[in-house]
Amino acid sequence: MPLLEIRNLKKSFGGVQAIGGVDLTVEKGEIVSIIGPNGAGKTSLFNVISGIFPPDEGEIIFNGVNIAGHSPSEITKAGIARTFQNVRLFPNLTVLENVKVGQHCRTHRGIWSTIFQTKAYREEERQIEEKAKEILSFFGTRLVGYRFEQPAFVLSYANRRRLEIARAMATEPTLLLLDEPTAGMNPRESAELTELIGKLRSDKGFTVLMIEHDMRVVGEVSDRVIVLDHGVKIAEGSYQEVSTNEDVIEAYLGRPAEQRRSTTEEQKA
Amino acid sequence: MTAVTVDTPTPGKAARIDVRRMLRYGGLAGLTLVFVAANGMLETFNNRLLIRPILSLGYLLVLAIPFVMGYIVGRRVEVEGIETEPRTAADVVMAIVSGLVAGLIAALFAALVDAFPGLRGTFPRLSPLMVQLLTFDFGVGAGFVVLPGIAAVVGAVGVSVHWLSEGLRKALGVGALTTVIAAIFESVVKDVFDWFSALPRFLYAPAGSLKVVSAIVVFVVAAAASLFLRGRKVPGLGGLTSRDAGERRRSSLIAAAVILVVTIVLPMLLGGVLNELLTNVGLFMLMGLGLNIVVGYAGLLDLGYVAFFAVGAYTMALLTSPLSSLPFQLNWWQAFPIVLIMAALAGLFIGTPVIRMRGDYLAIVTLGFGEIIRYLFLSDWLSPYFGGAQGVRRIPGIPFAGDEIGGSDITTFVYFTLFFVAIAAYVSWRLQDSRIGRAWAAIREDEDIAEAVGVDTVQAKLLAFVTGAVLASFAGALFAAKVGTVFAHSFEIIVSIIILVVVIVGGMGNIAGVAVGALVLIGVLGGPNQPGLLQEFGEYKLLVYGALLVFMMLQKPEGLLPSARRARELHQEEYLQDAWLDKEGRFVGSEQEA
Repeated sequence: MPLLEIRNLKKSFGGVQAIGGVDLTVEKGEIVSIIGPNGAGKTSLFNVISGIFPPDEGEIIFNGVNIAGHSPSEITKAGIARTFQNVRLFPNLTVLENVKVGQHCRTHRGIWSTIFQTKAYREEERQIEEKAKEILSFFGTRLVGYRFEQPAFVLSYANRRRLEIARAMATEPTLLLLDEPTAGMNPRESAELTELIGKLRSDKGFTVLMIEHDMRVVGEVSDRVIVLDHGVKIAEGSYQEVSTNEDVIEAYLGRPAEQRRSTTEEQKA
Repeated sequence: MTAVTVDTPTPGKAARIDVRRMLRYGGLAGLTLVFVAANGMLETFNNRLLIRPILSLGYLLVLAIPFVMGYIVGRRVEVEGIETEPRTAADVVMAIVSGLVAGLIAALFAALVDAFPGLRGTFPRLSPLMVQLLTFDFGVGAGFVVLPGIAAVVGAVGVSVHWLSEGLRKALGVGALTTVIAAIFESVVKDVFDWFSALPRFLYAPAGSLKVVSAIVVFVVAAAASLFLRGRKVPGLGGLTSRDAGERRRSSLIAAAVILVVTIVLPMLLGGVLNELLTNVGLFMLMGLGLNIVVGYAGLLDLGYVAFFAVGAYTMALLTSPLSSLPFQLNWWQAFPIVLIMAALAGLFIGTPVIRMRGDYLAIVTLGFGEIIRYLFLSDWLSPYFGGAQGVRRIPGIPFAGDEIGGSDITTFVYFTLFFVAIAAYVSWRLQDSRIGRAWAAIREDEDIAEAVGVDTVQAKLLAFVTGAVLASFAGALFAAKVGTVFAHSFEIIVSIIILVVVIVGGMGNIAGVAVGALVLIGVLGGPNQPGLLQEFGEYKLLVYGALLVFMMLQKPEGLLPSARRARELHQEEYLQDAWLDKEGRFVGSEQEA
């Protein structure tokens, strides 16, 4: 059974069909990339999977359960975590607090144990803190030490992206949705993050579904690439297969001039 | 700086006299003087002498206006890296001319009022006494000389403050503020130092208010203390506003211990009137702390918060009063848990329908619910239960040690209030940095993202509503026992607004801030129906509240004692600059950002 199976998913906003019947599967332990030109419906797909918008039609089966139409917090709790294309942290919370919030759905202590500072509460807080620090240490020395107590808004752009991934990791997901994790990064940062994405699977055991524009990143880590255009899947396969697929090249670059002429002639005839 | 070719003002250009600026601030100051005189503030506040016999609250206000004007006229926009225009005699000239303009406007106003006594029919505040006060007793004709003269001199003093070094300026400010506080807190000082009457006898004249000599002594001592402490850390308390979490925590603990001792000792020293005032302050602290959870922690703007106060008070009233419609009667302690449950239910009842709304919409809807609850208590329909406009009467006090403690035993009652304030503060403090507190903070920052990272926002927001409601019901239950009569008039919308102002002025999201806000607003200015230390403010209370709120929003939006998070939020730019430096100012961003 695949970890995530999407069947005939549709979503329109007003008259615009953002997703027009997408089917896709992600197996456990895979790294799958979704690519496609601007407006292809990639981020809409993520928004529907993570519950920000309910789908108009179709099923999203995660771990054998249809999660379509559930609230984002329920879906996060079920084991899907995501990052956002335009990094969205809690800017005035500290780095550590950002990651701690991520653990909210995996922890339970309520208002009474908080007020009375029960042993269980203190133990849980200690574990939360420990785990947050451990997750942040995944990114080397960039987010540790004095960074713990800094508010998120002072971080550099790349660090904000890293922190967002850390926050997603803190929700203990099985499937991690990364929306353009390397957008706005320089080549060195991209290369570093590519390596990290590999480690997310090998060290942490996450399954990764990511939207990415940087073809070097895509080619390096993806097991499989899915190409979307105008809200439908136009190709799927290994990076090699997809990058030589004519439909894909056409979607990105348009049709070669002579071919377009011949089509017009065909139509005339 | 030679490379900067932006319109850098050269010293030669600085001596310019800006006529428009002069006229604008002079005119504004003049109109403010007219406003203060015409609405009767001058006359009313003149009854309160601060320093006998030379300075009343009214004249303090009148003199403060040209002073502030002079200060503002001389103010420069300081931009780092660009040389600020040097101050020259031109600044003084500008302040003097502005003062003359302001004085002339005020004198003209006095002359007009004097010439047309018929105006008094429409504007009862335009009294001959007011004219007399405004012209400093010199008469209308001489007023055209005296008023501009005084305003010009005070304006010049105001502008000359800019020449002082920052330390000296602060010292003088502290001195002046301490003197005014010493005058305002006269009754408190007299009560507290009852056992050491030499001090109040030295400070205050037999007929009340500060003596001239003692005012000077207070001023000098306070200014000297400020100079002495400048740059040094007050041990223990210096870290209260620190950005470092550990230091802040330590200082908070010390402060809490000090406050605890003061709270236990203070009511013993104070007399009945001041304990009554302290009780009112305590009730507003309770509500402020509750609202702080809803607005400060979770970021839900609730403008109908008084509804929970009302539910608490009415529930207590119905359960304990012998006149209530209920067939049974409980004592205060037996009824208390039921009050909390009812308040929690009210929190759920109001919270559930409005929880999906955000920002302005939430504010409007809660405002409506607050009024609905009040009208329900007031309605004829429910009057068999709630007594309509008559309310519920004969509510007994709190049974304690064989006695019933109500409003007449205020010296004991104040301890109950402070006890519950302590509980509310403790609860707020524990929740602040807990798992729940972080979820609230996340919702306040970005609700959608909080939901997306797994926070059940509906549940967390409801919990904030319910917790806030329960804390308000503490205040309601105490209020019922204190006043003995509960009726809908006590729960008007203005109470909600004032609680919110307490939280905003004090420092949203900060427990100590809320306490300070309640002390300053309710203690000094007075609550919605209760006078504060400055009883003269009575009818101008809302005006002063409004002015204070506007001033705070412009100058110190994070409040008097801000929470770390809010201070960060509202001063992001400064923080970004400082982020490169550690506490001692050393560079810490040593690692290269990849």
